[in-house]
Amino acid sequence: MKGPAIEADNLTVRFGDYIALKELTVVVPESAFVAVLGPNGAGKSTFLKACLGLVQPILGSLRLFNNPPDSLPAEWLGYVPQIKTLDRTFPALAMELVATGLNRTWPGRLRGDKKDKVVHALEQVGAGHLAERSLSRLSGGELQRIYLARGLIREPRLVLLDEPATGIDPAGEQDMFRVLESYQSKSQATILMITHDWHTAVHHASHILVLNRKAIGFGESSPELAETLSREAFGHIGHDHSYGGLS
Amino acid sequence: MWDALSLPFMQRALIAGFLVGALASYFGVFIIQRRLSFMGNGLAHAAFGGVALGVLLDVTPLWAALPFTVAAAVGITWIRDKTELGGDTVVGIFFALTMALGIIFLALKRDYAVEAHTFLFGSILAVTNTDLVITALLVCLTLTIWPIWRRWAYATFDRELALTDRIQVTRDDYWLSILVALTVVVCVKMVGVVLIAAFLVIPAATARLLARTFFQMPWLSVALGSSSALAGLLLSYQLDLPSGAVIVLLQSALFFGAFCVRRLFNS
Repeated sequence: MKGPAIEADNLTVRFGDYIALKELTVVVPESAFVAVLGPNGAGKSTFLKACLGLVQPILGSLRLFNNPPDSLPAEWLGYVPQIKTLDRTFPALAMELVATGLNRTWPGRLRGDKKDKVVHALEQVGAGHLAERSLSRLSGGELQRIYLARGLIREPRLVLLDEPATGIDPAGEQDMFRVLESYQSKSQATILMITHDWHTAVHHASHILVLNRKAIGFGESSPELAETLSREAFGHIGHDHSYGGLS
Repeated sequence: MWDALSLPFMQRALIAGFLVGALASYFGVFIIQRRLSFMGNGLAHAAFGGVALGVLLDVTPLWAALPFTVAAAVGITWIRDKTELGGDTVVGIFFALTMALGIIFLALKRDYAVEAHTFLFGSILAVTNTDLVITALLVCLTLTIWPIWRRWAYATFDRELALTDRIQVTRDDYWLSILVALTVVVCVKMVGVVLIAAFLVIPAATARLLARTFFQMPWLSVALGSSSALAGLLLSYQLDLPSGAVIVLLQSALFFGAFCVRRLFNS
């Protein structure tokens, strides 16, 4: 039997006086696809950053594959950040950004096996033709594919995505899920994805985690669970962030 | 003009110009991409404070300026790391603090400190063998730790991504600040406090206009910085004009040339 991929026990994170995450206890099984939902300021990104080892808890513990996050090999984590954080003034080609996923530093001149691997990773996300394009000339959807290729090129055991569907069209979103699901079926990786889209959560994720600075609920994805947790987190359902087609 | 090449002070100035032009242009690439262009000004004024301290203590200004400027650079990096203040704000504070200290040090000396004023505007005549040795040592140190550029570049692109890949970003920031501080001190004697920031910013900005990738930027910037320093020194000797100002005018001409070339190709 597989052990847990993520084990948070009473996890509490504070920024100054502000408690971003309070006493979160959750056990995510390996190979799960977890959609993390909740209102703005619910601690979703804080939880993801804690998994990445970027923020330290003031109380409780967090273990990934039975290791503290900051002692986990970096290659085990594939991080897909929000594209809005990208510095578009930085002179770089799409393939250089993907190569950081392999090198864990900024690449020099790409050639040989390394370049082949990078181009292959881009082809896997349908972006092979963008390899030599400057980051400043990519659309939001194209950038998302580049970041996805970067996150997956190192074949991580845990893929962490921060609102990956923001700013991309429905076709691009479907492509992204196709790539993620294909990678997961091949590698048995665990996926943790922050999203505001309840529809996505129910249809693509195996588990739902709803936060509102503390855990509202966690369980296997189902329309009934989504409805119950949505009511508890938001106090209502039925507009943009509700899950369509479930009533 | 070729006669000038046989003059020892000119030879020292040309070697120093080539080396500091290359050093400042290399570090300038990280400075401009991190939006820390003001850092060059701040550290130049810290160097002036250090020079003034040397004058007050009757020691060679360089030996006082080196630790004084490095301390200012470490202070800037430390406060940036520990607070939410913007880099320009912290640099602005140290800029004023070190300049104020420099003015007090000179006032305490009470007699006319000509040496300190040389540092304000720079002079090719002022370059000594000691300056050359220190500059060469700094070039050797920079070449020795050359592979660190990949980590600096990664953190410059996205600090958070670099952190998730377990890069010691803060430690690397201190290294960069210290090396920039040392570069500013070795540059300041020739270029002067007033214009030193141009050495860090203009060749790197010109390279940014011409480069498609970050990997190309340091090479282009170093080529532009070192060649404009050499040409500017020779021209300043020929025209009997201040060397720092002539070099900066030449760097600016290259920048506007690159700007026009880019406009031409993009249209």
